[in-house]
Amino acid sequence: MLKRNVPLLITALVGVFLIVANFFPSLSAMSEDFTVFFGIIAAMAFVLGGGSLLKVHLKKISDRNAGWAFSLIVLGTFAITLAVGLLKIGVPPNPTFPDKPWSGSVNADGTAFEWIYEYALKPLSATMFAMLAFYIASAAFRAFRAKNIEAILLLGTAFIILLGRTFAGYYLTSWIPIDGPFSGLRIEELSVYIMQVFNTAGSRAIIIGIALGIASTSLKILMGLDRSYLGGGN
Amino acid sequence: MNGLQANLRSTVSTSRAVIALVSIGIAASVATAAPPAPTDVEAQDVAGDGGGSALVRWTAPAEAEGITGYQVWRSETAKETGDRDATERADALAAAETEAFENEQRRLVDVEGLSPEAAAPRSRAVARQAAISLARDPAALTVTETGPHDTHWILVDTVSPAEGSLEVSKLDPDSSYTFIVYSVAPGPDGRPERSEASAPSGPVIPAAAVLNLFRLPLLIILLALCGVVLLFILLARRGMPLKIRTIAGLAAVDEAVGRATEMGRPMLYINGIQDMDDLQTVAGVTVLGRVAKTAAEYDARIEVPTSRSLVMSAARETVQASYLTAGRSDSYNPDLIYYVTDEQFGFTAYVSGLIVRDRPAACFYMGAFFAESLILAETGNSVGAIQIAGTAMPSQLPFFVAACDYTLIGEEFFAASAYLSGQPDQLGSLKGQDLGKILVGVALIVLVTLATIAAITGSTEIESMVSFIKTVILGG
Repeated sequence: MLKRNVPLLITALVGVFLIVANFFPSLSAMSEDFTVFFGIIAAMAFVLGGGSLLKVHLKKISDRNAGWAFSLIVLGTFAITLAVGLLKIGVPPNPTFPDKPWSGSVNADGTAFEWIYEYALKPLSATMFAMLAFYIASAAFRAFRAKNIEAILLLGTAFIILLGRTFAGYYLTSWIPIDGPFSGLRIEELSVYIMQVFNTAGSRAIIIGIALGIASTSLKILMGLDRSYLGGGN
Repeated sequence: MNGLQANLRSTVSTSRAVIALVSIGIAASVATAAPPAPTDVEAQDVAGDGGGSALVRWTAPAEAEGITGYQVWRSETAKETGDRDATERADALAAAETEAFENEQRRLVDVEGLSPEAAAPRSRAVARQAAISLARDPAALTVTETGPHDTHWILVDTVSPAEGSLEVSKLDPDSSYTFIVYSVAPGPDGRPERSEASAPSGPVIPAAAVLNLFRLPLLIILLALCGVVLLFILLARRGMPLKIRTIAGLAAVDEAVGRATEMGRPMLYINGIQDMDDLQTVAGVTVLGRVAKTAAEYDARIEVPTSRSLVMSAARETVQASYLTAGRSDSYNPDLIYYVTDEQFGFTAYVSGLIVRDRPAACFYMGAFFAESLILAETGNSVGAIQIAGTAMPSQLPFFVAACDYTLIGEEFFAASAYLSGQPDQLGSLKGQDLGKILVGVALIVLVTLATIAAITGSTEIESMVSFIKTVILGG
């Protein structure tokens, strides 16, 4: 009973306080403190997360599950990065306090931690992000199959937008005078028109729905009607 | 000796006189070239606001002809002064260290004949020592000279010559400020030239009011929308019949779990990559409860990698409760809900690899997603998994629609909790939400009509009304 009611009470009180603080500026400093509390709780949970990470990957290695070597790499790089960060390896003193050897930031230029970030993590992240281009191509190939009227409309619109973003689109309709009455039919103009009018109208409708959904869900959580985030309905 | 001193004194006094004459000459030429400064600069706190705003007023100079604008400057706060001093000190120390390093390196290489590599450690040590010596002697570090009226000033904005006031925002509500204003006019060479600084305004503290009156319209809108939702919750409690349309994505959960069970393959549930302070994550945990309950009933395996530790804890609680509700608490395995990494593409790489290795029969993506949405959904698609996604990130919706079998779009995702629970209270809140949508729609139509009429007729009254609604009521 306590396990359920105390969190509900805390949620309701803090939620109502944060809403009220939005209108009473003298309370806004306290509302910022709650954000700090969230950071503290998240930091505590990080210990659980780190424990879970170690447990899962150690078990994979111990059981020799498929891909156990990847788990070995995960744990190895985790240990190295943690040690490099905590021991401040290669960190020069803060320029303002040059006589204090541990005063520098681990993120300063030339530190080992910064090196790992710059030359290991960033290229790996960039590689993953770059793969998105191929995924977009394969998804577009499937989505733009002209199976019915709606799909044909989608295909045509996408074609105009894609052409409008390239020089080819500009070149194709460059014979239409830019200051004439039909300048709106130039592909780059059509592309801008579709994005600014049709696309914006559609996305704003979705955003209004989302905003109302967030307001309604927040209200349900504050009133304790929706308790599913605490584990189960009632 | 006395004669020499007398001569020296005479030379010095003559030099001073010459310098004074030259200065007067320069001052006179400046006075004739520079535009006149504004007068009567006043600053006052904006009443009834949330703090941080002040209104600055000034009077244009008598000979305002040719003035192209006014520059408004504000004084630095104590914190800004401290930060600037610290930055300047750090820059000076870094520059001194670099200079000492280069000098010592040059000496060691050119004079002592060491190789640059061999000289570098000794040069670094000398440079470090030079920086330490400088740091211990604060007098050796010079700071920026003050501006007019012995104060440091920060440029706020430049306004047109027609303006006689400026509302300055983003100030610290607890600090005191003074303001000065310059006139700007083209100089003899055509380049903009500034007047002398005006007299400073009196000090003003842009304090916050007890109640932020600028947010009252927002409070009224909030109360109206919440009131509508509460009204329908009450009506639902009193037995008003409620009909909710079928949401295909949620209806397909049973189908997806059943398919995974038949195929003997696991299911994958991704709760987005944001923390529990994002409402989408909370909504995702809600749907997880339902999926886990169905999985427990079918005895299917569900794996939940998370990118936030707190989400892992919440997901474990939810899944455990679902297994308990389904009467299968013995099947609950907390190790299947685990933390991977906060890093966006690290998490994406892990989940993509997991999908390729384990080939799950069903993938659920419920929460806040960014660029990883399509990578995950396409990988899931490539292994033939049935995929259900739900998110309130408008930019990611097209990707999910293209790559998944079912997608909960925005508000459908938030409606999932009510839809799945089937409780009258929660269903009532959905109806209230629908009425809120109608109210927003009506307001939109009215405003668009007014704006169109204003554009066609050129009516300044209607235009100012639309502007008031946009900036004050909706912008508060």
